[in-house]
Amino acid sequence: MLLFIEQCLNGLQFGLLLFLLAAGLTLVFGIMDLVNLAHGSLYMLGAYFAATFAALTDSFLLGVLLGLLATLVVGMALEVVALRRLYGREHLDHVLGTFGLILFFNELVRLIWGPGGMNLALPSWLNRSIEILPGVPYSAYRFSIIVVALAIAALLYVVVMRTRLGMLIRAGASNREMVSGLGVNINLLFTLVFGLGAALAGLAGIMQAPILTAHIGMGENILILAFVVIIIGGIGSIRGALIASVFVGLADTVGRAFLPDLLKLILSPAAASTAGPALSSMLIYLLMAIVLVLRPEGLFPAAKR
Amino acid sequence: MTLFRGNATTSLFTLRNAVVAALVVLLLTLPVYTDLTGNGFLLTLFTRIVILAMAATSLNLIMGFGGMVSFGHAAYLGIGGYVVGILAFEGFSSGFLQWPLAIAISALFALVIGALSLRTRGVYFIMITLAFAQMIYYVGVSLNRYGADDGLTIQRRSQFAGLVDLSNRTVFYYLCLALLLGSVFLVWRLVNSRFGLAIQGARSNDRRMQAIGFPTYRYRLACFVIAGAMCGLAGALLANFSNFISPATMHWTRSGDLIVMAVLGGMGSVFGPAIGAVALLLLEETLSGVTEYWQIILGPMLLAVVLYARGGIVGILEKIGRD
Repeated sequence: MLLFIEQCLNGLQFGLLLFLLAAGLTLVFGIMDLVNLAHGSLYMLGAYFAATFAALTDSFLLGVLLGLLATLVVGMALEVVALRRLYGREHLDHVLGTFGLILFFNELVRLIWGPGGMNLALPSWLNRSIEILPGVPYSAYRFSIIVVALAIAALLYVVVMRTRLGMLIRAGASNREMVSGLGVNINLLFTLVFGLGAALAGLAGIMQAPILTAHIGMGENILILAFVVIIIGGIGSIRGALIASVFVGLADTVGRAFLPDLLKLILSPAAASTAGPALSSMLIYLLMAIVLVLRPEGLFPAAKR
Repeated sequence: MTLFRGNATTSLFTLRNAVVAALVVLLLTLPVYTDLTGNGFLLTLFTRIVILAMAATSLNLIMGFGGMVSFGHAAYLGIGGYVVGILAFEGFSSGFLQWPLAIAISALFALVIGALSLRTRGVYFIMITLAFAQMIYYVGVSLNRYGADDGLTIQRRSQFAGLVDLSNRTVFYYLCLALLLGSVFLVWRLVNSRFGLAIQGARSNDRRMQAIGFPTYRYRLACFVIAGAMCGLAGALLANFSNFISPATMHWTRSGDLIVMAVLGGMGSVFGPAIGAVALLLLEETLSGVTEYWQIILGPMLLAVVLYARGGIVGILEKIGRD
């Protein structure tokens, strides 16, 4: 039972981490109509920046803050230099161009930081376990990820639904020409939104870095998961992304932990030990395929243009 | 009649056709050159190029002409390869069994994947094909009997009862080349047939094609299955070429590579993907000789192709030819 609670919390934590990545992806996708495969590279850069700055300044918090800022700057620069030119093109062009960017960033990181990974060491006040429920100990750091991600989700909701910037973002998502026709500097808006998405991706990378060291290619696997999330949730919908990411995080983590044992109840041990890991890796893709077959536009499709 | 698009007004002697002809002659005479110079590496490299060119050609059929951007096409390379590998492992090394089965099973997978995926459109289609490819990738990882993650070594190449000896490098190269040219020819015949015109019509305006009475879903599905089967055969060749098959063949970046080849060469022209495969793999080979960090050059080049060279290499050739 204790294990089950812990796995559920791990699933929730992973799901919320995915949400940070997926929120940026779905914003960029929904508003600029840009499929950005290089989003995972920003996630990776965030982790490397934070690890570097933390080592330089000898402070975890300062490292995280500077890492976040650096990712934001790189993201905005990337938008201005390259991605801006891809708006309005076919999705295939986006896939191809940003695929090229993945190659570029992976190699750049290898050139600058070398092929080995980088550690982001936790300070002692995070590197311990706390009792979140009576008798249920849990890693303080993982718990802090849940708290931070939930706070970001709430902040994002307030920004998008309650501020002028959020109003413009939503307006841009439903009719880009109309917004620029009304005199809004749409280029600046897009750069801001992209920077926001980049910072969220960077934050996800930074928070993942102490758990799995920062390494080259760390962005790719999780990027695919983030795409699964926004497809299930419906492109452009932050609410959909939140629900889908928690769902995917739980299904993935809990599935990996318990599916092999469950299979043993119905299959022979040998067959279960073969099918278990495969099925739990496939679980979320299966989930996505089922959702798409039943609802070709995701669970919460954003308003039609 | 030209080799491309069936546009009857263009002459046969365009720059583009000249480049295609030169490439075909080069590919045909390559073994003579490598025999004379004893440069076996070049022949090996080009065998791989020819096989991947065939996979890219099959992708182009659905992507370039059908508008179906599959981000999971490498799955069929893996399926075809695993059929050969598993049969060889279990002691059936007859190519007359392996190859038709590789084609049939790839077609079967394409039928199921296509039937479900074609319900979606646009970027959802890109992502659902990716999801299916990932599932098949993880099936490959879990095949403990057949090497799981580490892959499966194929001890004996496919046997053709003494008719064709695949262990002879030159023979194997010519077989791959013949199959590539056959695939290009098949795609050319297909896209200029009534079937192909219906597919291209469905790409431009699906609703209108349905309104004039074409069951476009079935047409597109048939097209998807043909492409999958063709890629499965390329997978069987690839497994024989490397004497090895592993899940890495089906990794999503491999699917990305195939898209790059098709777009770099020029989608929507039947020979484009083959040109793209030659260009990309030669570029990789050259750049990796120049610097260890060659992808730092390749990546921005891809972006530049997308931004400034729409229509790929074939597009550039056509533009130069017109000016």
